[in-house]
Amino acid sequence: GAGNAGVGGGNDFQWCFSQVKGAIDEDVAEADIISTVEFNYSGDLLATGDKGGRVVIFQREQEGNNRSHSRGEYNVYSTFQSHEPEFDYLKSLEIEEKINKIRWLPQQNAAHFLLSTNDKTIKLWKISERDKRAEGYNLKDENGRLRDPFRITSLRVPVLKPMDLMVEASPRRIFANAHTYHINSISVNSDHETYLSADDLRINLWHLEITDRSFNIVDIKPANMEELTEVITAAECHPNQCNVFVYSSSKGTIRLCDMRASALCDRHSKFFEEPEDPSSRSFFSEIISSISDVKFSHSGRYMMTRDYLSVKVWDLNMESRPVETYQVHEYLRSKLCSLYENDCIFDKFECCWNGSDNAIMTGSYNNFFRMFDRNTRRDITLEASRESSKPRAILKPRKVCTGGKRKKDEISVDSLDFNKKILHTAWHPKENIIAVAATNNLYIFQDKIN
Amino acid sequence: MSKMAGADGDDSLYPIAVLIDELRNEDVQLRLNSIKKLSTIALALGVERTRTELLPFLTDTIYDEDEVLLALAEQLGSFTVQCVFFFFVNLEYLDKAVESLRKISHEHSPEDLEAHFEPLVKRLASGDWFTSRTSACGLFSVCYPRVSKSTKSEIRQHFRTLCSDDTPMVRRAAASKLGEFAKVLELEYVKSDLIPLFAALASDEQDSVRLLAVEACVSIAQLLPQEDLEKLVMPTLRQATEDKSWRVRYMVADKFSELQKAVGPEITENDLVPSFQNLLKDCEAEVRAAAANKVKEFCENLPADSRETIIMNSILPCVKELVSDTNQHVKSALASVIMGLSTILGKDNTIEHLLPLFLAQLKDECPEVRLNIISNLDCVNEVIGIRQLSQSLLPAIVELAEDAKWRVRLAIIEYMPLLAGQLGMEFFDEKLNSLCMAWLVDHVYAIREAATCNLMKLVERFGASWAQSTIVPKVLGMASDPNYLHRMTTLFCISALSEACGQEITTKQMLPIVLKMSEDQVANVRFNVAKSLQKIGPVLENSALQAEVRPVLEKLATDQDMDVKYFAQEAMTGMYLF
Repeated sequence: GAGNAGVGGGNDFQWCFSQVKGAIDEDVAEADIISTVEFNYSGDLLATGDKGGRVVIFQREQEGNNRSHSRGEYNVYSTFQSHEPEFDYLKSLEIEEKINKIRWLPQQNAAHFLLSTNDKTIKLWKISERDKRAEGYNLKDENGRLRDPFRITSLRVPVLKPMDLMVEASPRRIFANAHTYHINSISVNSDHETYLSADDLRINLWHLEITDRSFNIVDIKPANMEELTEVITAAECHPNQCNVFVYSSSKGTIRLCDMRASALCDRHSKFFEEPEDPSSRSFFSEIISSISDVKFSHSGRYMMTRDYLSVKVWDLNMESRPVETYQVHEYLRSKLCSLYENDCIFDKFECCWNGSDNAIMTGSYNNFFRMFDRNTRRDITLEASRESSKPRAILKPRKVCTGGKRKKDEISVDSLDFNKKILHTAWHPKENIIAVAATNNLYIFQDKIN
Repeated sequence: MSKMAGADGDDSLYPIAVLIDELRNEDVQLRLNSIKKLSTIALALGVERTRTELLPFLTDTIYDEDEVLLALAEQLGSFTVQCVFFFFVNLEYLDKAVESLRKISHEHSPEDLEAHFEPLVKRLASGDWFTSRTSACGLFSVCYPRVSKSTKSEIRQHFRTLCSDDTPMVRRAAASKLGEFAKVLELEYVKSDLIPLFAALASDEQDSVRLLAVEACVSIAQLLPQEDLEKLVMPTLRQATEDKSWRVRYMVADKFSELQKAVGPEITENDLVPSFQNLLKDCEAEVRAAAANKVKEFCENLPADSRETIIMNSILPCVKELVSDTNQHVKSALASVIMGLSTILGKDNTIEHLLPLFLAQLKDECPEVRLNIISNLDCVNEVIGIRQLSQSLLPAIVELAEDAKWRVRLAIIEYMPLLAGQLGMEFFDEKLNSLCMAWLVDHVYAIREAATCNLMKLVERFGASWAQSTIVPKVLGMASDPNYLHRMTTLFCISALSEACGQEITTKQMLPIVLKMSEDQVANVRFNVAKSLQKIGPVLENSALQAEVRPVLEKLATDQDMDVKYFAQEAMTGMYLF
């Protein structure tokens, strides 16, 4: 049926379960909650960050490994503590260790590099492999006993012996003290030498080699903080034009800036805004129109924004309105009041493109996530749950009913679990493999072509 | 260490053995120390063992901290050629290693180069990872002049390929080495091969590449005969001057003097003058500031016969506008060079056209602008004499001296000795002396400290008798100030001034005050008395030391305060007063 057909890639296929990572315990430790998910450029590595400041990197197994059915499973490659909790004594503020974002750098040699950030500090990590060990000392023998320094008759040079593969993560640069407010985005520029970082009011441009200074390129802080009406919610560099970046605001608008025009990008070159529909105006209009994520398509022609109830696709050449709008969970419109009371209305859902830009994915509540096929306009709701996590099990589309009569297999709006939210998802850059973070669990699904 | 060597041991091996073992120490610093002594290790091992044992080990020590790798790469310069080539397999820190290679390449015979160097360049140039390709760019110019004709043609081909590489990193590396490669290329190939590459890089889609082509423009223009410049270089330069990206225009402004020299007077007059005007009027402040910085140099380098006309008609109108620019960095960049124009334009033009600008800048709202004008007063002094300015100068100095920001006050203090020299003692005593004394009681320590140092420089300039009549009484008067910080300033001043004031003033006027202060109720003052006594000791006669200083220090050495005791003993030891 239409609802059952796969979304993404154009071929008819179904999504099926591949793996789930993380403890099954009902009791979830706060530190284990996943706060960001990101594939690298090849898709062979998948990184997650959590509220405990850890980064876990999964590596895809080479195909054709002895177990034929485990087609390209992701296994833990490296785990390291990226950020520690800190205390700012000058401002009497605690700085959480939670990883807000991870961004991979294009690979430039055998090692892999990524940027990770918490609220204040960005770090550049190098992840490299080591499979040899040096043996032989001059001043000690094989058992570690010291030799008589006066009886050294010859010099020995250490010899390298093979050992089990070891993956090391080492911090290469620390970019600190440049953000007064909380960092919400980092984005690597296509010139491969700079990246931007954005907080609530400012965007800075860094050189990857230089840690002691950055350039402020956007500053929307008003002279008088009482006049503050909007904040920066997300920012991203264009995938191939190194001078272009966008940032979104809490007012539901997006500004595109050209760094060629001037050093300080206070004046945007494009301003994307959809005129408000006066009929649907309410107390919550402004809150739900706040953009929680913005992502350029791989082609660089489009960008996608996520607000509380919808995902919009914008053509960079048309500022007046989005070219496509997809409703993520329109049935929540009548529930906004209670969602405001339990703070869910401020949840920051992210969104992502598939490798060929013809499908998009974003999260919802009750561990549901949504996919939209841009060509066929078909959409699907899937669930990341332990119940369906049998190997190769096909994911059944889920449906939420709003009316009085509930059909079989449908779930009522009133029984949705708002504590189970899917905020972070990632799509493999080339294949139909997706990673979905559901609280402390990471689900990996992949396609099964019919 | 005992010199007794074991029966069959050799204790000269011991230090080397330690170095080798520490190549793999957990402690980065120790590893670094060993790496820095690699040539010693290599010498002890001999060429063969270095090649077969040490280098393979080092090659695989690439999993290391950046700084160790950097040191390693630098050390390669001291190795023999075969060793280095062997080493060059997959070193991560290629750029630094390439630097080493560049250094040693001259020591190699052409045969060695042909056999080792050139294949290495080729291998790097076609490497899979772009780091190796970027590094290759640095080696072309080194090996090109010394290889055979056929190899040269291959190297040019490699360079062409890298100039159109997919990754911007590699194109940037190629663009940044374009100039030095041009220098070693035969002129015919510069024209046939390099100019098209230069034009392509200068219109690259990434502005980070384009701006590097501006630098290459300088080197290339220097190489070409004048008649080719118009056709081969100027179109690209014009395009860069009008580039959409401010960073490229900034680069043009920043390199303007070099460009001016490279293209010669004729093109300067026809092309660069209008370009320079545009840069001074650019819509981006960063570009205007960079251009403003070059105003003096550009004017100096104009052809002598038309210099004044060009400045008066084309440059000065732009400069006048910049004086009231909206951006303070632009104004302050201009203020740092504008005074230099007076020597070029001479007395009459300076008084008529420049003086109003100087005066306007002396009243600028931004302190940095005023400071930059004041710090360059010497240029004007030579041409029109400083008196022309003194009426406006004084209010400007007073305002800076009382600025709310202590860094501004600090900056003006530093120019005081210079100003004193130019304005003369009389003017100084009348107008500025009170400022200098007021700084001594500033509430910021850094200002009081600078004020003390300033007094010393003034005394060096105006002499001891001036000091005795104008400064010393005021300084000594502060010794009975109720604020202990001011009392300490007296001590600091005495320490600083004693040498310049000489023995008589120090012994007769300063010493009694210092000794009296040893009774101060604040311990900080007392231990500074001890410190001051040690400072002024060398100026005093031995009799005064023994009769007056010694008893006071002995008493302070039994003070109940620990620090006072310590500094008193320190002073006694320092002056051998035992």
